[in-house]
Amino acid sequence: MIPAAFDYEVAESVEHALGLLAADPDAKVLAGGHSLVPALKLRIARPSKLVDIGRLSDLAYVRDAGSQVAIGALTRHVDVQGDPLLQEHCPIVSMTAGKVGDPQVRHRGTIGGSVAHGDPASDLPSVMRALDAEFVIVGAGGERTVGAGDFFTGVFQTAVGHGELLTEIRVPKLGDTTGWSYLKYHRRAQDWATVGVAAIVHRDNGTATSASVSLTNMGGTPLRASAVEAAIAAGSSPAEAAVHAADDTEPSTDTAASAEFRRHLARVLTERALTQARA
Amino acid sequence: MHPVTMTVNEVRHELELEPRDLLVHVLREQLSLTGTNVGCDTSSCGACTVLLDGQSVKSCTLLGVQADGATITTIEGLATGGELHPVQQAFHDHHALQCGYCTPGMVMAAVSLIGNREAGDRDSIRAGLEGNLCRCTGYHNIVEAIAEVAGSTS
Repeated sequence: MIPAAFDYEVAESVEHALGLLAADPDAKVLAGGHSLVPALKLRIARPSKLVDIGRLSDLAYVRDAGSQVAIGALTRHVDVQGDPLLQEHCPIVSMTAGKVGDPQVRHRGTIGGSVAHGDPASDLPSVMRALDAEFVIVGAGGERTVGAGDFFTGVFQTAVGHGELLTEIRVPKLGDTTGWSYLKYHRRAQDWATVGVAAIVHRDNGTATSASVSLTNMGGTPLRASAVEAAIAAGSSPAEAAVHAADDTEPSTDTAASAEFRRHLARVLTERALTQARA
Repeated sequence: MHPVTMTVNEVRHELELEPRDLLVHVLREQLSLTGTNVGCDTSSCGACTVLLDGQSVKSCTLLGVQADGATITTIEGLATGGELHPVQQAFHDHHALQCGYCTPGMVMAAVSLIGNREAGDRDSIRAGLEGNLCRCTGYHNIVEAIAEVAGSTS
């Protein structure tokens, strides 16, 4: 499969990239290309121009930012997976990065590209939603920070607008009393998640006192399972709370699963994730 | 057209590429390195795996222009002085191929896996090959071949 023709420019800096994007409303940003190139080949995406930010090495980093860990948008999955700071302070992110695609994909794909693509079946967006991560977006008007609840706006849609660039993702440091789990069901090793569940649990002596739960592929964006979270806060067990996992969700029916099976998976995986995170 | 310089199997090439030219097509059609196969063409099967700056990548999912300045190794670049690379020799010794279509990608993925010290045991090897499909389902001997080269403990 051959992409439709497009122009191509290498961005030399963030400012250069913003200028190139502003000059062409049909231009798209190319990072690792592991979401965009397949879409180009299928001609689902037919941009007039690609602005390649893949050489902006100053956007590839993981840094201590006080109560948060800051991850540069161009950090590749393999580097997120192996980063000692994330492994210590927010291991759900490094562990999940290691479950994206396969080794070849993780050698090229970037965390910024993954979240900015906004695929509802993608793992990292759901983890970011459970963590209440923050997203730093720059544009001609300067820099703004958007919370995960406002970042994912629809299927393949995010708060990153035309002429803007996602530059950084900030995740909270999880303390000793916070447990975590990300579980996904898929039929084959490298498949997208049929359903996934990210759980962050604050615990006290083996009891969950509060939880943040996000569902992958149960709607057009990662969805917080607020009924589950309310049940945990009210003292329910993981099994009792997980009954509500599919409340207010809109899973689709496709070749991987029916909507009914997805609702079942959401309940099963939520119970397991809460139990694992509580331990 | 964009000027692109890449070193492939230790030979430097100065190319003029259309931005939409995929790396696998550059390798096969412009450089006549047809050892790298196109399988699924959707970054699932791994038949097109090559090393880019030492790391395994799927060349059907990279634009040639993204490889500007890169060092690339294909299956043709592994043997030196008429001697098979240890992974190639182990695939031969263990009969780790049937139809052979996936083999160049399997070998390149294995070289990357061993180089990254991610082949310590057979479970790690199986997990590390999740991006490479063998439709003859000859996985057992492939894993055995890689385990021999990596000196896997279990």
